[in-house]
Amino acid sequence: MTVLFDKEDKKQKYKKVAYYQGCALEGSAMPYDKSTRAIGKHLGLELEEVKDWNCCGAMEVKNIDPQVETYLSSRVLSNAKNLNGLDVVMAPCNGCYKNLKQAEYELSHHDKPKEVVAKISKKAGHTPYEAGQVETIHALDWIKLGYGEEELRKKIKGGLKGLKVANYYGCMYTRPRHIFPEKAEGAGGDSWDKPHYMDDLLAVAGAENVDFALKTACCGGAHTLSDRDMSTKLVLNILEAAEAAGAEVIATECPTCHSGLEMHQIRALKRLSKKTNVKIIYFTQLLGLAMGLSPRKVGIQGNISDSLPLLKSKGIV
Amino acid sequence: MRELAEIETLLDADVPDGSPAAIAADYLALADETMLHWLAARELEPTDAKKEGFSLLAWHRQACKGDPTFNACRETCREIAYHYNLVTLDPEHEATRARLNMMRMVTKHLYLFITNKMMDEKVGEFCCSSKVNRLNKHEINQNTGDSHG
Repeated sequence: MTVLFDKEDKKQKYKKVAYYQGCALEGSAMPYDKSTRAIGKHLGLELEEVKDWNCCGAMEVKNIDPQVETYLSSRVLSNAKNLNGLDVVMAPCNGCYKNLKQAEYELSHHDKPKEVVAKISKKAGHTPYEAGQVETIHALDWIKLGYGEEELRKKIKGGLKGLKVANYYGCMYTRPRHIFPEKAEGAGGDSWDKPHYMDDLLAVAGAENVDFALKTACCGGAHTLSDRDMSTKLVLNILEAAEAAGAEVIATECPTCHSGLEMHQIRALKRLSKKTNVKIIYFTQLLGLAMGLSPRKVGIQGNISDSLPLLKSKGIV
Repeated sequence: MRELAEIETLLDADVPDGSPAAIAADYLALADETMLHWLAARELEPTDAKKEGFSLLAWHRQACKGDPTFNACRETCREIAYHYNLVTLDPEHEATRARLNMMRMVTKHLYLFITNKMMDEKVGEFCCSSKVNRLNKHEINQNTGDSHG
């Protein structure tokens, strides 16, 4: 099998990246931001916040005008290139990650978005982003390829002691497929069908990954406000499936999924009298704990899902 | 083809006793029928083709044409097919009961995803003219207060 991922090249390239935390990590997902920064510092990976960043367009703008969403995401990429002088942007949020990738795709495949981006950028007084100038990566790529499993293993102190984990990637980490061609490039890369980077990293950290059939299933995040009952049912099914698979923890890598799982776990109890005990923790928090960082340092207390009793009972903290 | 509420009731129930292969076939049929509800709601004639031996996968592909958001349940359909194969190829396996339960839950996820889309687009059993009948008949909207159904 051809190895298309040059590990040493990625390690060099991802050592210092432009960090695009996006809106969620400044608000409801602060523990994700805190733990991402903490493990970056611990591993010697440098994060430089994208200067003067703006919203990527999230899920709302595209419903009004997808070209504006492309522009908003392209401005983030342009700032990373022209204000930070960096050619890799790391976005831990699946929504941001997907939107930056989508903008890259649109600008490299279609003329109309290029025209719109050039026009609005000129009006806004900044250099328009050109496809190919910046590579967008996820926090999973950053650790898996920028640091590497072999090196990570050396940093594990105590580890996760066989904690049973269901890795939940959500629906936007791999979709739409055409904007993530690198996930189909074979050995070394991730996968559209069965993403595994989070599984790989947490296995190195000492977790026991369970076989989780709903790892890329919809959590109903987009319907949290418009149809909360349906979101609650979708989340409850994910939580129950994780428990049925033997998981004590669901590891997340998307702030929308994470918040949805936490909120609807409580709501399922309140509205449907369905109790689930599985805890919801960001993968960056789990990695931090495995490396010996304190729960406070990785923001465990900032989660709604109270995982401290479980983590204490397992001797992880 | 069974009504959606009946499908939901069957998917909410525990895995019944009986032949594992027959139960797996029942769950696959529930997934198929859910998908057929979607195709009917979108006024699409279900293809006779099969993909990797499954009508479900062929129908999913058919439903994605012109509606890329439907790809969000691609892996869910594939997991249903996978669990069907797991159970039917080795029905005596010690994990068969757990596999059937997981197949039930994955099928339920497909059901929830599709009915959510139907409600969202107000099609099929959720179109304006059908909604009142459905609510009266099956009392699906058991939640009170903040539902926007």
